[in-house]
Amino acid sequence: MKELLSGNEAIARGAYEAGVTVASGYPGTPSTEILEAAVRFPDDIYCEWSPNEKVALEVAAGAAFTGARALATMKHVGLNVAADPLMTLAGTGVVGGLVIVVADDPGMHSSQNEQDTRHYARFARIPILEPSDSQEAKDFVALGLDLSEKYRTPVILRTVTRVSHSRSLVELGERTLPERPVGFEKEPSRFVAIPLWARPMRVRAEERLAKLIDEANRTPVNRIQWRDRKLGIVTEGIPYQYVREVFPEASVLKLGWAYPFPDALIREFAEGVEELLIVEELDDFVEEHVRALGIACRGKDVVPRIGELTPDVLRESRAKLAGESASPPSVVREVKTDDLPGRPPVLCSGCPHRGIFHALGKFDVVVTGDIGCYSLGVLPPLSRLDTLVCMGAGVSMAHGMDKAGEPRRVVGILGDSTFFHSGITGLLDIAYNRGASTIIVVDNRTTAMTGHQPHPGTGHTLMGQETPSVSIEGIGRACGIKNVVSIDPYDVKKTLAVLKEAIFSDEPWLVISRGPCLLDVRQRLGAPRRLNEETCRECGVCLKLGCPALEGGDGVPHVNPMLCAGCGLCNQICPVDAIDWEEEAAS
Amino acid sequence: MSGEQADASAGVAENRSDTVSVVLAGVGGQGILLASEIVARAAMVAGFEVKTNEVHGMAQRGGSVIAQVRFGQEVFSPLVARGEASVLGALECVEALRQHEFLAADGLAVVSSQAIVPVTVSSGQAVYPDDVEARLRAAFSRLIYVDAVEKATELGNHRAANLVVLGAMSSSLDLPDEAWQEAIKRSVKPQHVEVNLKAFAEGRRCASGEQAE
Repeated sequence: MKELLSGNEAIARGAYEAGVTVASGYPGTPSTEILEAAVRFPDDIYCEWSPNEKVALEVAAGAAFTGARALATMKHVGLNVAADPLMTLAGTGVVGGLVIVVADDPGMHSSQNEQDTRHYARFARIPILEPSDSQEAKDFVALGLDLSEKYRTPVILRTVTRVSHSRSLVELGERTLPERPVGFEKEPSRFVAIPLWARPMRVRAEERLAKLIDEANRTPVNRIQWRDRKLGIVTEGIPYQYVREVFPEASVLKLGWAYPFPDALIREFAEGVEELLIVEELDDFVEEHVRALGIACRGKDVVPRIGELTPDVLRESRAKLAGESASPPSVVREVKTDDLPGRPPVLCSGCPHRGIFHALGKFDVVVTGDIGCYSLGVLPPLSRLDTLVCMGAGVSMAHGMDKAGEPRRVVGILGDSTFFHSGITGLLDIAYNRGASTIIVVDNRTTAMTGHQPHPGTGHTLMGQETPSVSIEGIGRACGIKNVVSIDPYDVKKTLAVLKEAIFSDEPWLVISRGPCLLDVRQRLGAPRRLNEETCRECGVCLKLGCPALEGGDGVPHVNPMLCAGCGLCNQICPVDAIDWEEEAAS
Repeated sequence: MSGEQADASAGVAENRSDTVSVVLAGVGGQGILLASEIVARAAMVAGFEVKTNEVHGMAQRGGSVIAQVRFGQEVFSPLVARGEASVLGALECVEALRQHEFLAADGLAVVSSQAIVPVTVSSGQAVYPDDVEARLRAAFSRLIYVDAVEKATELGNHRAANLVVLGAMSSSLDLPDEAWQEAIKRSVKPQHVEVNLKAFAEGRRCASGEQAE
């Protein structure tokens, strides 16, 4: 039976069929849906959202040490967080199969950088598999687990946005469980990486690499498709699909398992074609190696190293390869489109974060931001975020600026899930090292940006079980922060008053701004607002909230009743009371 | 490269000719992803290989949303190339113009007449063009311009506007009626099947009316 599955759903299906019993991860676009699909097999796979990716990988590794098959999922930047266990797990190896799914985001649809995860495979000396559609995404999970057990190594399964979020047909199979019983077998020289045993681990990793190269040359997922021999293309992952569209006549060496590099296969292919082209997304990972083998090739001279590849981008590469400056446009239309208004994502109407950004706009402070919906607070008209680096940096960087003598007061802002992920250590630092920053946790009780995943503060798990809800106030006090206060971000006056006291204090403050994500709870806060056109003086103050329900631009603004969530911010800040509402009858 | 390579580019177009590409555009929350799922399922029911693509993450936050579906005997890329789509469906005027490059010269554009003002306009950074309809008519030689929200509201649920647009799009997609019905039934919640089927049929009627003009 075939089903239409996204790459992420196919990976979850692959984990199910291959007998995975533990799957852990932290949400991050484009990887999030893997665990959301895996949890549809609750009787077969234990699934969890861990507080962060380091924890997730350690949980999966612990499972694999007992002989169980395990999966850890994360986005590319998540592997940076999990890099510490990864580098040593490459030495210890595993017993049960361990596949680490890492989803890259070329083109940065929803990411703060564009790193190429393949480097981690070479860095850690472990295999990396790269599916090019959903069927391969499913199949490569089983392949990765087999390789992992056979060579006692963690294996990376790398997807990209266009594999994770594309759907294609997948042949479904039955679930098979490994015969090996679960049970950790004591063997310190394998599982205890003290220098005495880490040195032989290092040697074993190198020996393993040689064996992996041998298998990479023979695996059916690395295969040559001979067509016209004038041009041969080495490609992998999703670019393979674009190559087949744009260079239908070319011979192709498709690498499903790019590292360790299958040198013999690459040589055989190169010898069989007149010209060799490497088509890979992001860095010249394969190309550099092909050149190191002494093989001449084209690659990043015609294929961009920045951003996503697409069929259109490859058409340009094809033109360049043929010595033309650019491929002709497919369609020419006489229509003006260069002046179309942009439509970036915005904080939703009624979003609790809006009240905080509005209030922060009243102070001359530096705001260190973090990863989540509230990063949208940087865009005009709110424009109230000054830095964004990585998860947790909103807390620690505020402290660094403060200690450097930044003349303005510094405020850090981050969400609840991000706080649990890596904000706590920064807060501990501020309390311990006598900082004076104000840290605002915008607590909407969910991981909103990635689609509402539960976390340690939500009171329930990924598998739907009830669990204690962690108190951010309690953590703040336990870290040593004396001034811990929670506020209602829809109350403009009180929010301003609390922020004023916190910001101008000589002590650190933890302010918890509490309001649910309306997309998550799917409710309105009040009746839709109405704008009285007679009273309105067109001062534009309400439009500075950047609320999508307030439509302006020409003349008197208009409240779109379909979009208005009735949060009441606009009527509180209107200087002439031109905004009111009709109380709704209780429904 | 030699002239033979340049000739091969004709082969590229030929290779694509049996793959049908569809693009859907709109604003987060309008049901673009559901509409694309229905196209994909209908093609699947009709026995084709199918690939779709969409971008998640930001999609619910009021930003521009685009979804793509490709089907045929053998489909490689999930991404549609410029000038390749046989149908472009849009639930918002500016979003239709934004994605016009995907549509083939002889392709059909189905555009709902909604104008959703983005925050960039409300905050004075940009202007919403006041001649969108004229631009749409100039851009697309085959255009079905319809107030899908009004039609859907008349049928009982304004949220079914996406199915009105889809119904009109289906007039230019060679998939059997039963495949569409089956796809709709499988993709929407049971309580919404009836209104969605009606909205789809209404869209089809709009298309036949438009073509008769």
